[in-house]
Amino acid sequence: MTETELVESLIYEKPTSLAAISTHYCPGCTHGVAHRLIGEVLDEMGLQEDTIGVAPVGCAVFAYNYFDVDFAEAAHGRAPAMATGIKRVSPDKIVFTYQGDGDLASIGAAEILHAALRGENITVIFINNAIYGMTGGQMAPTTLPNQRTTSSPLGRDVETQGYPIRMSEILATMDGSAYIVRRSLHDPANIRKAKKAIRKAFEVQQQGLGFAMVELLSSCPTNWKMKPAEALTWVKEHMVPMYPLGDYKVHPALKGGK
Amino acid sequence: MTKELLKGNVAFAEAAIRAGCEAYFGYPITPQTEALEHMSKRMPELGRVFLQAESEVAAINMVYGAASSGARVMTSSSSPGVSLMMEGLSYIAGSEVPVVLVNIMRGGPGLGNIAPAQGDYNQMVKGGGHGDYRLVVLAPATIQELIDLTYEAFDIAERYRCIVAIIADGSLGQMMEPAELPAMRAVRAPDQRAEYALTGANGREPRVVTSIYLDPEDEEQFNLKLKSKEAEIEANEIRFEEIELEDAEVAIVSFGTAGRVCQSAVKTARQDGIKVGLLRPISLYPFPVEAIQTLAEKVDKLLVVEMNGGQMLDDVRLAVEGRVPIEFYGRMGGVVPLPDEILTEIHKLVTA
Repeated sequence: MTETELVESLIYEKPTSLAAISTHYCPGCTHGVAHRLIGEVLDEMGLQEDTIGVAPVGCAVFAYNYFDVDFAEAAHGRAPAMATGIKRVSPDKIVFTYQGDGDLASIGAAEILHAALRGENITVIFINNAIYGMTGGQMAPTTLPNQRTTSSPLGRDVETQGYPIRMSEILATMDGSAYIVRRSLHDPANIRKAKKAIRKAFEVQQQGLGFAMVELLSSCPTNWKMKPAEALTWVKEHMVPMYPLGDYKVHPALKGGK
Repeated sequence: MTKELLKGNVAFAEAAIRAGCEAYFGYPITPQTEALEHMSKRMPELGRVFLQAESEVAAINMVYGAASSGARVMTSSSSPGVSLMMEGLSYIAGSEVPVVLVNIMRGGPGLGNIAPAQGDYNQMVKGGGHGDYRLVVLAPATIQELIDLTYEAFDIAERYRCIVAIIADGSLGQMMEPAELPAMRAVRAPDQRAEYALTGANGREPRVVTSIYLDPEDEEQFNLKLKSKEAEIEANEIRFEEIELEDAEVAIVSFGTAGRVCQSAVKTARQDGIKVGLLRPISLYPFPVEAIQTLAEKVDKLLVVEMNGGQMLDDVRLAVEGRVPIEFYGRMGGVVPLPDEILTEIHKLVTA
């Protein structure tokens, strides 16, 4: 019998940009995945000590508890304005907002639009899960036609409740936008693509190229009333067709690189 | 230093610059727009931040961000615009970051008009936004005073980590008067920012600027902290002017432009042999309660004059506690009372 030498190697650990704390997010929610990807990117780029985050109102209202970086907690929808104020007086810092769809695409529609128009040199991580999570599952601006929510109990009727909004497509039309992409968090391959995009969105800011946003299609098993795995399938089968994944705006200075 | 002829809106903007204001965020609205215009030219010249926001809602949240990052920051607006800022002001109060706001008030409610008014007294003095908080509210009556109070406002805001609001009306914003500007102070170096400022957690623990306290006990503790700061502010920051009060038998209480008109009326009444004086509150919060109580002990009657329907009147009543009868004269909707109108009221006071 030959002796096999057992070697221990570390293959997984918490990014140092994330705080050592258990989360309040529901089981199966993709906020945790998004947080981790940002934490990994900040670690890999060595930005932890230079970063100031801006948290939204919504499920991620306590995002500042989970990141081991300086953080501000904005009023509902106003994170891009608050981030603008921070970045303008601290231009050598890396400033990012983390916003949900109600925050960014409804009550904060004006703030995000004008931050993009100004080419505000900030990074925006946009979590689109087609519902208001924190208040308990009401219709969001991104809720799909016929999707049932607690405030569209018969399904979203576009005749009376309007159509879903596609923010990446809109923001890509703004001349100040440097990098606008949509990714999804519904499976490992897409999560890896999402991480690359998040990294690029921070690189855009480092290079001073303008406004950068990564939209992440996300699941909300609790309010969709689905099991976590079913919710991920629902992202793939229902959200992706409405919100196609892809690069909507890529600054010429970024093209060519992977 | 020599006096120069200055327009109110330009004067306070320049005073803020000289006080070391590092960033200005605003939105055009009459009758304060010249302040925004002055900032748009001067701030970039000096390498400082000027940004015209998409709305007053965005402007105040930019101010909130800049203050959170430790910069000396201000905004200015007029009544309807300030209404839009109430959400942000409540968050700023709830986060204890220092901010200076100038409100050049106009006639209301609603769109109202662009004429001088004092109808925002309750909104500014009692808090305005949601929750239990106060602003320090200062009310100048001349352009010199507008300059001096703006210059000092930043220090007060930083001393207490609170919002200092300067409320003047459209006439002070629009008129020109000879006044002297203060000396230019150096802008604070970025590495000298306050101990709460978000500057990146480099070699220290991360900081959070937030207004959320989910546990009611914690929120109450925070509210109590604000209350104790208010007690300090009430002890240290009361300002008022006393005019011809030494031998006064009747007295007027009036602030801002209305107070200035009353001063002319008092002068004329004195020539008519009426022993009348004026107490002009300069700090509306903290309110000069004791000074008004002392006054109520020695005069027979008080007259409150405002360019609104009687808002400070309530605070005067609370201070006087029934010691003497109080009459009220107010003009609203952007109408500025004439000295003769006040004089008539003074005559009524002494003949009744």
